Amino acid sequence: MDELRELYQSLILDHSRHPHNFKVLDSANRTADGYNPLCGDQITLYMNVENDVIKDISFQGQGCAISKASTSIMTTILKGKTIAEAQSIFNKFQHMIKTGEYDIDQMGKLAVLAGIHKYPVRVKCAILPWHTAINSLKSEDKAKIFSTE
Amino acid sequence: MIFDVNSIRQDFPNLHQTVNGKPLVYLDNAASTHKPQSVIEAVRKFYSEYNANVHRALYRYATEATEAYEASRDKVARLINAPDRRSIIFTSGTTESINLIAYAWGRHNLGPGDEILVTEMEHHSNLIPWQLTARDTGATLKFIPITADGALDLSNPDQYFTARTKLVAFIQQSNVFGTINPAKQIIEMAHQVGALTIVDAAQSVPHHQVDMTELDCDFLAFSGHKMLGPTGIGVLYGKPELLEAMEPFLGGGEMIQSVTMEKSTWNEIPWKFEAGTPKIAQVIGLGTAIDYITAIGFEAIVKYEKELTDYALSALSALEGITIHGNAHQRGPVISFNVKDVHPHDLAQFLDQEGIAIRAGHHCTQPIMQKLGVPATSRASFSLYNTKAEIDILIESIANTIRFMTG
Ligand SMILES: Cc1ncc(COP(=O)(O)O)c(C=O)c1O
Repeated sequence: MDELRELYQSLILDHSRHPHNFKVLDSANRTADGYNPLCGDQITLYMNVENDVIKDISFQGQGCAISKASTSIMTTILKGKTIAEAQSIFNKFQHMIKTGEYDIDQMGKLAVLAGIHKYPVRVKCAILPWHTAINSLKSEDKAKIFSTE
Repeated sequence: MIFDVNSIRQDFPNLHQTVNGKPLVYLDNAASTHKPQSVIEAVRKFYSEYNANVHRALYRYATEATEAYEASRDKVARLINAPDRRSIIFTSGTTESINLIAYAWGRHNLGPGDEILVTEMEHHSNLIPWQLTARDTGATLKFIPITADGALDLSNPDQYFTARTKLVAFIQQSNVFGTINPAKQIIEMAHQVGALTIVDAAQSVPHHQVDMTELDCDFLAFSGHKMLGPTGIGVLYGKPELLEAMEPFLGGGEMIQSVTMEKSTWNEIPWKFEAGTPKIAQVIGLGTAIDYITAIGFEAIVKYEKELTDYALSALSALEGITIHGNAHQRGPVISFNVKDVHPHDLAQFLDQEGIAIRAGHHCTQPIMQKLGVPATSRASFSLYNTKAEIDILIESIANTIRFMTG
């Protein structure tokens, strides 16, 4: 099987067809909209953040398999993390997605996305949810809109 | 002349590349076409044999360059049957041509109470300049709506064409639906209410005969790179009397007649609108592209491209879960579609793996995407060098991708 199919196989089966935390979060005290105008990808993140801890997180929206899978995986990872931890994971994730290099102990489930670095145009799709989340967590604005362009 | 696609393909070096070990199947011609060897050679020859600036110096190569540059203007005029060569202004592309009118005509002739009429089908390049013009002049922007078939809804003309309408700017052939709009009818309706017209012909001039004498539009814009020519070159056609009355667009060298410290007088048209050193190599390349197209002739091109489009449309619609956007009676070789449960970007990625280049995105027409209720579409667009065998590869690869992604 070629690399692209392998990449999609692991993503799609797990996350794109059956995304985790794909719902509106009633307890949300923070929402963030992310757009990638180039692709038309659009996600809304719902977060419940208390004392700098992401207590709960969910998402809605539409996009390609890569952006959907990346968002789904991100929500499972960020739940329970502090804002500082989220930022630190994002930095490593960003490095992985751009270069393909990563430490499996640090990346865990996120490692399935490493292959995307071979498709530079798609890096944006994978990073969109992270940019959206981190931007919102660092912002005073509790209903932030973020665009990649 | 007999239309022989295999011999045509031999003229295009880029078509013989491989992608991921597969032969390139290039189906993004609405974005930009490949160039025949003759165009590449004409550009090379200019740079390596008679490179010089135009209209300025007296030495031999400058004369040769000027002659070649001005000969291209005549070729453009003949291609679109413009009676007066002074109507042909070289720009960097459709986008600049439209902006030229928005600045040099729009900003001086429009004001509050005036209406600019466009359609819901416009490429951003024939929408944003008018949004900006409306913002700067106080004029109002109005829209002719589109139907579910991706055609213009001209059933209530009195609603859109009014005494306030000062300019009608519209796309002749849609880069999303392929629809060929009834340009002559729209131009007549505009003229009846005293409005000027500008036609975005970026997708029409490459594919069929566009005739200035027959259409009687006031302005028309198109790009070289979509019609086998170089990038960075486009055309603005304008009626001479309008161009003469207009203010200049860019100021600088070439566009002036006499200059003092305080003020200047303008050169004659078309040079009044060609400030600075022009795109000499590109203009010469465009002239050669026009030679190539005219040698084959629009009659043969239209017939062949229609055959390809009909073939692709029927093969595509036979696939499970495909929605084709646009079903107009009159259409060019452009097909936009969506596949159920497969995002256009995922599809394009899988097709790339097979060496197939299609476009996935909003095609610079975000309002159309909003109207269709989709974030993006996939688009296959054909040129005279595509083949049915390539369409077969496209269809098979789409079917495989659907199976993989949804199976
Ligand atoms: C209908 C239409 N108008 C205008 C343009 C803009 O052309 P250019 O980018 O060459 O200025 C395009 C090309 O994308 C087009 O398809």
